[in-house]
Amino acid sequence: MNGAISSNRLSLSAALVRHAVLLMTGTLILLPFVWMVSLSIKPPGEIFRASFSLWPAQLYAGENYTKALSETSLLRYMGNGVLVCAMILLSQILVCAPCAYALAKLRFPGRGLLFGLVLVGLLLPHQVLALPLFALGHQLGILNTYAALIFPYIVSPFGIFLFRQFFKTIPDDVVHAARLDGLSELAIVWRIMLPMALPAVIAFSIFSVVSHWNDLFWPLIAVRDQSLMPPPLGIMAFKNEEAGNDYGPLMAASTLVVLPLVIAFLAAQKWFVEGMTGGAVK
Amino acid sequence: MASVSIESIRKDYGQTPVLRSVSLSIADGEFLTLLGPSGCGKSTLLRILAGLEVQDAGSVRIGDLVVDGLRPKRRDIAMVFQSYALYPHMNVASNMALPLRMRRLSALQRLPVLGRLLPRLAQITADIDVEVSRTAKSLGIGHLLSRKPGQLSGGQRQRVAVGRAMVRHPAVFLMDEPLSNLDAKLRVQMRAEIKELHQRLGVTFVYVTHDQAEAMTLSDRVAVMLDGELPQIAPPQDIYADPDYRRVAEFIGSPKINMFDGVVRERGLIDVAGSTLTIEADALTGTPLSLGIRPEAFYLADRGGQGTLTGSVRMIEHMGSDLFVHLDLAGIDQPLIARLLAERAPHIVPGQTLHVGARADRILLFTRDGRRLRREGDSPKGCVTPLREVVG
Repeated sequence: MNGAISSNRLSLSAALVRHAVLLMTGTLILLPFVWMVSLSIKPPGEIFRASFSLWPAQLYAGENYTKALSETSLLRYMGNGVLVCAMILLSQILVCAPCAYALAKLRFPGRGLLFGLVLVGLLLPHQVLALPLFALGHQLGILNTYAALIFPYIVSPFGIFLFRQFFKTIPDDVVHAARLDGLSELAIVWRIMLPMALPAVIAFSIFSVVSHWNDLFWPLIAVRDQSLMPPPLGIMAFKNEEAGNDYGPLMAASTLVVLPLVIAFLAAQKWFVEGMTGGAVK
Repeated sequence: MASVSIESIRKDYGQTPVLRSVSLSIADGEFLTLLGPSGCGKSTLLRILAGLEVQDAGSVRIGDLVVDGLRPKRRDIAMVFQSYALYPHMNVASNMALPLRMRRLSALQRLPVLGRLLPRLAQITADIDVEVSRTAKSLGIGHLLSRKPGQLSGGQRQRVAVGRAMVRHPAVFLMDEPLSNLDAKLRVQMRAEIKELHQRLGVTFVYVTHDQAEAMTLSDRVAVMLDGELPQIAPPQDIYADPDYRRVAEFIGSPKINMFDGVVRERGLIDVAGSTLTIEADALTGTPLSLGIRPEAFYLADRGGQGTLTGSVRMIEHMGSDLFVHLDLAGIDQPLIARLLAERAPHIVPGQTLHVGARADRILLFTRDGRRLRREGDSPKGCVTPLREVVG
């Protein structure tokens, strides 16, 4: 009895420590977001006030959000973002799934080397490739088009790696059964492997959409035309040209840009965690 | 329906030989079991038959067709896997319909939306549905068609796997340890159902197992596979009672066959374990031999002497109608195991000295290199080794 109580106490204090650490990191990560939302509902006068408050004395949300939506082509930017992210994700899955299947389930000479190259691709930061990609885009004559925003991301080493790890956990017998049932290798990828790897697909989708929705670096290089800009680049342009020091509408625009991602992540959270850990444990 | 013939198949994994020139021919409609311990290469042979692996040498023929290099789907075979290998994201009906859809629908017709607009699709799909539900009913899983494999028990999954193989009427059925994931009771039940299925369908079955009981009860013939070779292919009763090799005799039977080293004393007498048994053997005096005696070939003798073995009882296992008596013999490490009828041997206690005799016609003689030495009265076989050839 006593032992049970003391072990309970022990686990209680351990839980307290755990939660304290989690709360602290959570706060640190969330603080900029909270600050952004707070600024987006404050009037200009309050934003630069020395005293600190999260909630404004005078609610200015309507004005800021209206201004963000009316004085810029924010909806256009978001439309661009949706189009570009969808095209990138679609082409990534189209390329990564067959590659990952070959690396996970087919036996051919050079497989280990190819997988090694995929890992090298994972290590390279995208910025390193910006200049060659820019030159390539110029040669192809696609700079300042949607294609320029999409083409560097069609092959995703991370996607290949993630899918390969997941496909590895699917028993070979399932592949054998599918071959006996008359499926071609590509049909096995689309009809058997990919549906079975759904958690990985969802996790990868979130990863891909978030990173390309938020990408500023490459769009800044690839497009100049306002009408092609994805949301972060659009907001930057908005800040430079029209808003000046008007941070309220800027923060409102930023909040609107982040919102779809937050909603999407919350909706798919369960699969995201499963997809990220599924391959790691087995 | 088709016969299957396998000629001189060889397969190595790196430096390790898995199959060493295996040849086997299976008659049309036969139930043949590949029986062997795990790692002996039996599943590899089955996968080569199915076209899932490629042999390094040799050739496979199904019916009149040499199938080397043919893709699995062109071979008119179906396979049931140990893990069942059902598609977890599809329900039972889709799992069973997939092989038919892949064969009867064109690539265009299988497209998700566009396919529905094409003519004749409705008719073909309806035919497939009818066949799937008929097959499912015959296996007693008609009510499960809309379930996903994850919602089924082991036995039900097994039936779905069999159904998926059955639905397209293959010429040859391959089964890779289909019962080993089931509990003991269900295994016995499914065993009977597979036997019945074979009788009903009348097609060729190739069944891989490490379970002797399955091999013995199901098969027309058993092919024993040891270390990538097929030392003996024979009906179950012959494999048990009339093995060609010592290693076959030792692999088959539980408890294991008792093996003793002996020497021919003179014609008709062999010295074994400090005693002399009366066995007619066509061998010269002084020839070393091995004797294999199955536990049930022993009987209780009243007194010791020539023709009996004497030992002290180490332990007794009660099996209901029978007793397994373990006897320690002088000068032999392994205990002798005798299977005695419980009613004939009621008063045996550990430590007691016991005399057992063995029926001469049930004693198997092997040369020291492990080949069977057949005697007069043994059933004649192609594999009989004249002893002179061995010794001389």
